[in-house]
Amino acid sequence: MQLQLMMSSGFNVFRVGISFVIMCSFYMPTVDSLLELSPQKYFSTLQPGKASLAYFCQADSPRTSVFLEELNEAVRPLQDYGISVAKVNCVKEEISRYCGKEKDLMKAYLFKGNVLLREFPTDTLFDVNAIVAHVLFALLFNEVKYITNLEDLQNIENALKGKANIIFSYVRAIGIPEHRAVMEAAFVYGTAYQFVLTTEIALLESIGSEDVEYAHLYFFHCKLVLDLTQQCRRTLMEQPLTTLNIHLFIKTMKAPLLTEVAEDPQQVSTVHLQLGLPLVFIVSQQATYEADRRTAEWVAWRLLGKAGVLLLLRDSLEVNIPQHANVVFKRAEKGVPLEFLVLHDVDLIISHVEHNMHIEEIQKDEDDDMEGPDIDVQDDEVAETVFRDRKRKLPLELTVELTEETFNATVMASDSIVLFYAGWQAVSMAFLQSYIDVAVKLKGTSTMLLTRINCADWSDICTKQNVTEFPIVKMYKKGENPVSYAGMLGTKDLLKFIQLNRISYPVNITSIQAAEEYLSGELYKDLISYSSVSVLGLFSPTMTTAKEDFSEAGNYLKGYVITGIYSEEDVLLLSNKYAASLPALLLARHTEGKIESIPLANTHAEDIVQIVTDALLEMFPEITVENLPSYFRLQKPLLILFSDGSINPQYKKAILTLVKQKYLDSLTPCWLNLKNTPVGKGILQAYFDPLPPLPLLVLVNLHSGGQVFAFPSDQAIIEENLVLWLKKLEAGLENHITILPAQEWKPPLPAYDFLSMMDAATSQHSTRKIPQCMKETDVQENDKEQHEDKSAVRKEPIETLRIKHWNRSNWFKEAEKSFRHDKEL
Amino acid sequence: MGLSAVAPLWGPPGLLLAIALHPALSVPPRRDYCVLGAGPAGLQMAYFLQRAGRDYEVFERSRQPGSFFTRYPRHRKLISINKRYTGKANAEFNLRHDWNSLLSHDPRLLFRHYSRAYFPDARDMVRYLGDFADTLGLRIQYNTTIAHVTLDKDRRAWNGHYFILTDQKGQVHQCSVLLVATGLSVPNQVDFPGSENVEGYESVSIDPEDFIGQNVLILGRGNSAFETAENILGVTNFIHMLSRSRVRLSWATHYVGDLRAINNGLLDTYQLKSLDGLLESDLRDLAILKDSKGKFHVTLKFFLEEASTNQSADAITLPQDDNDNFAMRVPYDRVIRCLGWNFDFSIFNKSLRLNSGNAFGKKYPLIRASYESKGSRGLFILGTASHSVDYRKSAGGFIHGFRYTVRAVHRLLEHRHHSIAWPATELPITQLTSSIVRRVNEASGLYQMFGVLADVILLKENAMAFEYLEEFPIQMLAQLETLTGRKARHGLFVINMEYGRNFSGPDKDVFFDDRSVGHTEDAWQSNFLHPVIYYYRYLPTEQEVRFRPAHWPLPRPTAIHHIVEDFLTDWTAPIGHILPLRRFLENCLDTDLRSFYAESCFLFALTRQKLPPFCQQGYLRMQGLMSTESLWQHRVESRLLRDDAPAGRDLADSSQQPGDQELLGAPLAPGPLAQSLDSNKEEL
Repeated sequence: MQLQLMMSSGFNVFRVGISFVIMCSFYMPTVDSLLELSPQKYFSTLQPGKASLAYFCQADSPRTSVFLEELNEAVRPLQDYGISVAKVNCVKEEISRYCGKEKDLMKAYLFKGNVLLREFPTDTLFDVNAIVAHVLFALLFNEVKYITNLEDLQNIENALKGKANIIFSYVRAIGIPEHRAVMEAAFVYGTAYQFVLTTEIALLESIGSEDVEYAHLYFFHCKLVLDLTQQCRRTLMEQPLTTLNIHLFIKTMKAPLLTEVAEDPQQVSTVHLQLGLPLVFIVSQQATYEADRRTAEWVAWRLLGKAGVLLLLRDSLEVNIPQHANVVFKRAEKGVPLEFLVLHDVDLIISHVEHNMHIEEIQKDEDDDMEGPDIDVQDDEVAETVFRDRKRKLPLELTVELTEETFNATVMASDSIVLFYAGWQAVSMAFLQSYIDVAVKLKGTSTMLLTRINCADWSDICTKQNVTEFPIVKMYKKGENPVSYAGMLGTKDLLKFIQLNRISYPVNITSIQAAEEYLSGELYKDLISYSSVSVLGLFSPTMTTAKEDFSEAGNYLKGYVITGIYSEEDVLLLSNKYAASLPALLLARHTEGKIESIPLANTHAEDIVQIVTDALLEMFPEITVENLPSYFRLQKPLLILFSDGSINPQYKKAILTLVKQKYLDSLTPCWLNLKNTPVGKGILQAYFDPLPPLPLLVLVNLHSGGQVFAFPSDQAIIEENLVLWLKKLEAGLENHITILPAQEWKPPLPAYDFLSMMDAATSQHSTRKIPQCMKETDVQENDKEQHEDKSAVRKEPIETLRIKHWNRSNWFKEAEKSFRHDKEL
Repeated sequence: MGLSAVAPLWGPPGLLLAIALHPALSVPPRRDYCVLGAGPAGLQMAYFLQRAGRDYEVFERSRQPGSFFTRYPRHRKLISINKRYTGKANAEFNLRHDWNSLLSHDPRLLFRHYSRAYFPDARDMVRYLGDFADTLGLRIQYNTTIAHVTLDKDRRAWNGHYFILTDQKGQVHQCSVLLVATGLSVPNQVDFPGSENVEGYESVSIDPEDFIGQNVLILGRGNSAFETAENILGVTNFIHMLSRSRVRLSWATHYVGDLRAINNGLLDTYQLKSLDGLLESDLRDLAILKDSKGKFHVTLKFFLEEASTNQSADAITLPQDDNDNFAMRVPYDRVIRCLGWNFDFSIFNKSLRLNSGNAFGKKYPLIRASYESKGSRGLFILGTASHSVDYRKSAGGFIHGFRYTVRAVHRLLEHRHHSIAWPATELPITQLTSSIVRRVNEASGLYQMFGVLADVILLKENAMAFEYLEEFPIQMLAQLETLTGRKARHGLFVINMEYGRNFSGPDKDVFFDDRSVGHTEDAWQSNFLHPVIYYYRYLPTEQEVRFRPAHWPLPRPTAIHHIVEDFLTDWTAPIGHILPLRRFLENCLDTDLRSFYAESCFLFALTRQKLPPFCQQGYLRMQGLMSTESLWQHRVESRLLRDDAPAGRDLADSSQQPGDQELLGAPLAPGPLAQSLDSNKEEL
């Protein structure tokens, strides 16, 4: 197997590709998961020169364990280094010496070809970092020298003077993320530099390091040293030890220390700029060239790894630079003008560079804040409005506040409405306002006592009343079970509920005259504004079951529609008059002054409820916020006429004619008055661009497909045109003007990803993995992600949570992605 | 320690013989549940069994409940706080600060009605426990000392065996389930030469007059040691206290079993050079010698072993002979042992395999996190003796902790033997945020038994609804389905209360600067007790629970949320607490959990094919939230949803498809959110 190192000079990519792996990933998409083999099978797969890590375990051992999980995660990174990973199941028939006797003696083995390189007890491979670090450490035995004392270091240093440079690193322990980062760097640079590694803190101290609790990486410039008594210069890497940072650091070390240029600084570009580091030009003249060069070299050493230093020869320069300027500062960001500086002290040059690095970071942070919505800003309209309204004083005294002590006594003593709410819950508090409005409207007129109880204080009472969510309204009437209000949480509907509950359900009507008054609306004159329909059940006195069913239905409908029952001996007078055969329902529509009858034969209570509910629906209603759900339930496309104010009677007539002619049976025709329902404007804007003049007739296929069709606005809304249009629609000859978006309601914004923050804190310098050999699947994934990124208006901050993408191994990927993202922006 | 324990002294072993001779002529009375001990834990279990209508009996050696408290603590002052005022009406919340009451439905049976003292008198506890048993009519056999417990294998029995209890009269009781609530009743004694010269906490005089002008050495470092010292501090020449390890202050460790500030007067005088002192040494290396004048000298066991056996006490080497500034070189008039208590293992037959725990938990029987003995199925340890589960971590060894663990055990039993699933409330997903906010703000079990009992939310399919289970023992999380009879197929949340990881400890400075966290993004660094919510896509396995990361109460979750600590433990701030919680839940469930006014739902219903859960579960069921005029005004001002523009524009998120652009027409314009951010800032 050939190992290929491909290194692009591009900024953030160094690709470690192994041709075999690439092929595998094209043809064996499952290669990402851990292979499970028998010992025999495993040894037959070993290829000369190829490294392989195998975990031998008893066939009957648990299928999952922490170790196996980590091993599984290491499959992909190791594969990128050409190392295969397998789980070998020891079965009785095949005895292998690698199979331990007992479960806890199981180990992982590293082979190169079929030669055993090392064995690892599983506890040394405690996580994916440790696995990668240990395996690379074993394979790169020659490339990475492990030392424990200063003498060893000095010996290596002496041996390499004039020959090669050294990358010396200290990590707190073997197997931690920093160690892995060093090993990953050594995998790439191991032939170019001598890597030296230690875990001895004393050694680090003896070479004069500070902050010895952290990992350190030094570049020893030994190649330049010709005099063996001279020490190698050292450059400390100041960034945290991650693979990416090490890579960047080595790149800057590789770049020439000092470059002489004689061209426009604006045009000059070096590897530093590509790496995001600034350039410092020391302006020189023929006369002072030698001294300037010495100064520049000195500055260059000081700024090694922080900025590129160039000597700019003013004399041979074609462009003008200000007379007194002796330093030119060029930032890495494109489009930032050059800075011409007059600095008479080299320390000033250095502090200028360091200071500007700092500024840059701060600015970046500020940019982050400005971009996109802040996840700490309220985007729940109910919570936000309640919060904004918190200082307004409500006339709470109009309702009785109940406590544990007063609750039972109060609801026993008088007919009461109780609002169960929680003081901290926004929806509760929003509804409390409507509730108070009801109290204002009913002030002094109602026999019903309006009360409320804060479940945040009186949690026991609420639990005892079976209230587990908020807000809940219940009605307590003497001798009856409490009834939960199930209508809209608004003033109008609750008021209706309370008013309609002044009578009993169903009302027992005992004379023909009373029945007629009931049907005409005379009997409950003050209530028919709340219930446009009165229902009267007609039964002969012997129809007990039917009566019971009706009573049950009436009880169910109480507070929503007036129901009455007539079952006197002379019931036939009524049934004959309204051409109904007993048992029957009479529906009196007060607004239209019509009475219709519906036969009831063996109709159960829920069916009666259904009949009545359906009867409440109008043929061509004005659609409002309150009544849409009733029509929405029918699951038919809506035919909506948007009208600015009351509907033109001609249009109404045209549509009602179509209804009668059964043209509209498959639709729900309705109209919307923009004066009553201003939110309709938003709907129109969603349908039309630009907005044609009103009225507009629209067919919205809400439940299947979401297409919106518009009746041509240049045509008159008359029967013929409508029929024609509907026929064309049916034949599929009309084009929709828009399709309603079908997207799911996703989290509006990400959340804080505390888990990642906690992870980052535990491994202070976390490894940010560098992009690796692009595989086919990755390319697709990236395409998709980029597409998503583009459509997103905002940029996702790194430590926020999108579970969708989340899993343990993805953490690095996410970090990497956001890194790429940063640079793109 | 051990103040809330029941301490029956069992009958003499001679009785065992009598039983053996006594032929089982009649079938012994059989009970489904037998409870040993009518102390707080026994009574608490009896209450739940009684309420559930179970067949049970409590056996109590004494003639009244809570006999431990008739004698202990010796100085009669309980150190469990009786906080009668919290400024809150919420009864559940108030139990967070009531360390003495047992759980019941009767508000009269709250300890605050029994004592006005913040640190109440033990006699009030005895009176309270007596009333608790009487008022609720609990079935207790008093004056019944269970002298021996053994097993009788029987395949028909619930657990494959019956527990056979024999009392002091030889009467035999057969039990399907045995609930042991006998507390820690045996004084802990350390064996060293001269230990016979030591007086025990259980019997030492409590009259300060007896200590006038004496030099006193107290062995032990716990609350009983300091309580003893406190009582005689003013009359002794000096008091020295000797213990193996340094003193642990409960306000530094957050563990109520450590030394409470109310008892630490001696620390004050020690540090203020008033002759009293604290010393650390292992008692087992010591010896105490009585000299001819009857005074006690401390020496090393080593010296004693060197000396020949018949040497007189005065001749034995003392440390000060070599080392003339040895701290305990003065002779003592009294040596008092205050070393705590152990569980009484003696009455349990070997066949029950009731063993003592590991090194630090020797005094406790070994049990699972479900409080069931590891040795025999159907044998549960309740109360103080069950503290091995959360020793030095939570409050399981004290009334204010074990009243909840007893309830958890009862719920497990109800499911195991009576097929009654763990109580749960099923709610629509729109109530998810509220149900969590409600519990973290009032639940006392979560608060007292932090890290041990946690609420569990089991999601239903498609996450449109959930079941809320309260106070489940979280170490049993992997077995949740079998223990509760509930299904956890679609992911779950666990709500736990936690202190910061590195906050408490015996040598930590708990008053350091920046000890509290105020910003929501730093919530994970909160130090004081705060709610933590774990999200799991799948129920963790037993392995995952066992091999969880160090210092984690639960296995690594898919995602975690910390609600930032709050000085008032009031987690209802709309922006600081509720908003981040909602965002977390939304991102776990990949949905939008905001609430909307009916007007918005109306708009969504006519301009989108899908509706957010709040509109689906409210508005479309004709239970939409209508806004009032003033709220409407704020809504317009907030520009969260402008009624003159298509709504949902602010919702255009990354999942938006290209087609949407066409629909929404107008550019995605300056986000209304960015504007509301500005306006919000002005207002704040």
